[in-house]
Amino acid sequence: MALLRTAFRAALPPTLPIAAGFLFFGGSYGLLMHAKGFPIVYPLAMGYVIFAGSMEFVTVNLLLSAFDPWAAFLLAIMVNARHLFYGLSMLDRFRGLGWKKPYLIFTLIDETFAIDASVHVPTSVDKGWFMVFVATLCRSYWFGGITLGWLAGGILPFDTKGIEFVLAALFLSILLGQWDDDRDRKRDDGMRSRSATTNVMDSARPHVPALVGLLVPAACLALFGPDRFMIPAMTLMMVAFLMLRPKLEDAGGTDAVLNGETR
Amino acid sequence: MMTMTTWQAVATIAAVSLGTMLTRFLPFMLFPDSRRPPKTVTYLGRVLPHAMTGLLVVYALKDVSLFSGSHGAPEAIAILTITLLHRWRHSMLVSVAGGTIVYMMLVQLVFA
Repeated sequence: MALLRTAFRAALPPTLPIAAGFLFFGGSYGLLMHAKGFPIVYPLAMGYVIFAGSMEFVTVNLLLSAFDPWAAFLLAIMVNARHLFYGLSMLDRFRGLGWKKPYLIFTLIDETFAIDASVHVPTSVDKGWFMVFVATLCRSYWFGGITLGWLAGGILPFDTKGIEFVLAALFLSILLGQWDDDRDRKRDDGMRSRSATTNVMDSARPHVPALVGLLVPAACLALFGPDRFMIPAMTLMMVAFLMLRPKLEDAGGTDAVLNGETR
Repeated sequence: MMTMTTWQAVATIAAVSLGTMLTRFLPFMLFPDSRRPPKTVTYLGRVLPHAMTGLLVVYALKDVSLFSGSHGAPEAIAILTITLLHRWRHSMLVSVAGGTIVYMMLVQLVFA
């Protein structure tokens, strides 16, 4: 019991900032599901078996379009492809944890990855239980947010028309945050190794992944239309990245956080 | 409102769950003894996450019509709002809440 208590006490503080975000986004998701006429069991069940915020929002659209589980399956893989790389970085950390390992993999998301990979756990704290508590806390914030948002949907004194824009707003603000990260990384990189000649090409380079992610899908959307552009867009993005690899790889070097080279 | 039957909805959610779980479990199935992943995989791991966000932005805006209705004006104004809020506060919560509220007001009051 003492083992569990110390692990819980260590796990709670780093998850608190996430609680605010999850109550808000889980709340928006619950509100959106209520506005679209879904019973509460839908968002809760989706939160339980998917537990990937972006994809849960996207699934609302999928449920409101024509039935196509194969496309849904492929889309889920592409949207959540980053988990593959979180997993690759956590191979060592999750090793030898018995039943906790499949649970930690089942609940792996951006936030639990960020905490588990970065927080320094004292040796007196059981690492397995620490990570299990981080995951259960994050999940309970998410379920709490969904429930509050869905319940609020029934008593809100205003019209929820337009609430679906929360999806675009969420993705756009993630993109803007990543854009700044790319620029800052480039600045660090430039100070250390590059000459003062910064031209347009050079300052654009750290943003190439984000630009490919915007321009290729936009072009495919114009060509194939809103119902058929996702698969060609995902395919073309992979092709583009494999072709751009020689150009992008030498610029990368500094951000080995996600691919496990720092450990 | 949903046009699917309950079973189609369950199948859709199951498909999304399976796809998502595959992305979580696959690395641990492929590299059980912590073998080093190939270079191409680590390279894609670095560039794909940021590109997928761009794809999701386009996906979320895919049904906006530039040539009919309000010609994407509420969306454009909301996007501008989000960008400015981001510049100002650098808080995801503020940007998302602000952008969504502005959009809801625009479609309910201005472009209704």
